[in-house]
Amino acid sequence: MNSPLSEVTETSVQANRSEFALKLQAVKTIVWRDKYLYLMLIPFILWYLIFAYKPMYGLQIAFKDYSLFKGITESPWVGFENFERFFRSEYFIRNLVNTFMINFWGLIFAFPAPIILALLLNEVKNMMFKKTVQTITYLPHFISVVIIAGIVTNFLAPTNGIVNIIIEKFGGEKINFLAMPEFFRTIYIGSMQIWKDVGYSAIIYLAAIAGINPALYEAAKMDGANRWKQMWHITLPGMLPTIMILLILNLGSFLEVGYESIILLYQPATYETADVINTYVYRAGLQGGNYEIGAAAGLFNSVVSLILVVLANRLSKKMTNVGLW
Amino acid sequence: MKRSFSEKLSSIFIATILILLSIVCLYPFVYVFSASFSSGNAVITGEVLLFPKDITLDSYKSILAKEGLWQAYGNTVFYTVAGTAFSILLTICGAYPLSKSRLVGRTFVAFFIAFTLWFGAGLIPTYLNFKELGLLDTRTSIIVGFAVSAFLVILLRTFFQSIPDSLEESAKMDGANDLQILRHIYLPLSKPALVTVGLIYAVGKWNSYFWAMVLLNDESKIPLQVLLKKMIVEMSLNEELTGSMNAANAMSQETFIYATIIVSILPIVLVYPFLQKYFVKGTMIGGIKE
Repeated sequence: MNSPLSEVTETSVQANRSEFALKLQAVKTIVWRDKYLYLMLIPFILWYLIFAYKPMYGLQIAFKDYSLFKGITESPWVGFENFERFFRSEYFIRNLVNTFMINFWGLIFAFPAPIILALLLNEVKNMMFKKTVQTITYLPHFISVVIIAGIVTNFLAPTNGIVNIIIEKFGGEKINFLAMPEFFRTIYIGSMQIWKDVGYSAIIYLAAIAGINPALYEAAKMDGANRWKQMWHITLPGMLPTIMILLILNLGSFLEVGYESIILLYQPATYETADVINTYVYRAGLQGGNYEIGAAAGLFNSVVSLILVVLANRLSKKMTNVGLW
Repeated sequence: MKRSFSEKLSSIFIATILILLSIVCLYPFVYVFSASFSSGNAVITGEVLLFPKDITLDSYKSILAKEGLWQAYGNTVFYTVAGTAFSILLTICGAYPLSKSRLVGRTFVAFFIAFTLWFGAGLIPTYLNFKELGLLDTRTSIIVGFAVSAFLVILLRTFFQSIPDSLEESAKMDGANDLQILRHIYLPLSKPALVTVGLIYAVGKWNSYFWAMVLLNDESKIPLQVLLKKMIVEMSLNEELTGSMNAANAMSQETFIYATIIVSILPIVLVYPFLQKYFVKGTMIGGIKE
């Protein structure tokens, strides 16, 4: 094996090896240089591994016949059986439709509300008045959903609620709002989405408006554009990137809806319009102990959400050049 | 410059809408406040609309007497204070190294965190994880389990990045290591950002109920929000079942809940001026991408 060829390969292997060793040495020096930074990262990454990634390992029970005694790893595989049971159950279609409808009406009413509020606030010249309105409308954002649900429940209570008392005073008949499926979406979107967050979201849009170049308005005024035209042709386009980003983020939580707040407002009588996938996961899984069905439904939720975010991001990038990544 | 009639009209129109909206946002607070100081009878007969009627401190007296409520209040304070401290510490541990572009593996770690924003394991695996870790029904689960928000890590990282590198370089010349630089340069300069992050964590912890409800069984460990949820659900169930229920019970219960609501939002309202100032700042920092 003394052919010149083998000698050549040998030396190149050696060269490669020493190059690798050099690189390793370089990496070692760099890591040693930043040792404190890596040291800081250790608890941080550990936390993510234990509380965010380890549960993802537990997602496998969606494909298993989970038993508490055998645990996650030892329970037998059953393929897509849990998914089939979930897709065939009466809840799947109903809850998917409910999820869609709540999102749809939220998109129509709750999403534009802070945009409109920001545009209106932007037209106010009196700073004192502007600040006061902002302070007041921002406050509900800091109130817990439990308290909001408590206020809603009390206000709409069938016998003693202030709303029904007023209705009765005007000669109307008392209505048990929270037990009627046709009112659920209005109540939920009105209280948990608009009342709670309109002022908060408006601040993000106001920040976007503040970033618009004032020269644009000057030029528009020169051309004789009135307030309405300035708003339509300068302010709104200037807000568009922010609007798109919030829209994508919204789509990312499309299937999540606000299950934590829905749980507080719904009741069996309103399930037909109020029950969504995650509230079902909560009832079937956490309350009913049917963990594998809950995990399957939850996985369906997470995967579809991920796909929606990626699609929305792509679409937005294509149409407006704005994206999250 | 004289404003045209139509401009004046639209200004009035805009002001009217904004005033109406402000009333809608404020009224529930005013009502709950007034009702909590009124007699139960005045509340259920609808005499209380804006101002308290038959002013009484009965509801607040019965709150004082209710032991479970003070325990829950104490728990909430503990979860908020301890939880926020722990959260800030971990967030700094993540945000500071990630703010250094020289760090090898930074992109990977950033992706590792961002991924959890777009894909979560879901309720059941999260619950089972706590079960496997033996953290069910422990205070640790509430403080440690929900410590880090990826959004806030990104926010703090963005702030750290805005601090000029030259400060770090000159400190390095003087022989300071990364921990010293963080402690003596970055943290003091980041006070507003740290306050923002801390307040966002604190408000979240003060208001959170879902996982405390799921993970805690022991009555002595539950926070205020979980107790409130139980009271409200019980009340609406009572109304549901008994219809025009016995009046005496209803009276005390409604005003009692209103008083509890006031007591539980009081700390938030007291720090609201700070909240508003720093949250707006946070929104601005977070708005700057990369």
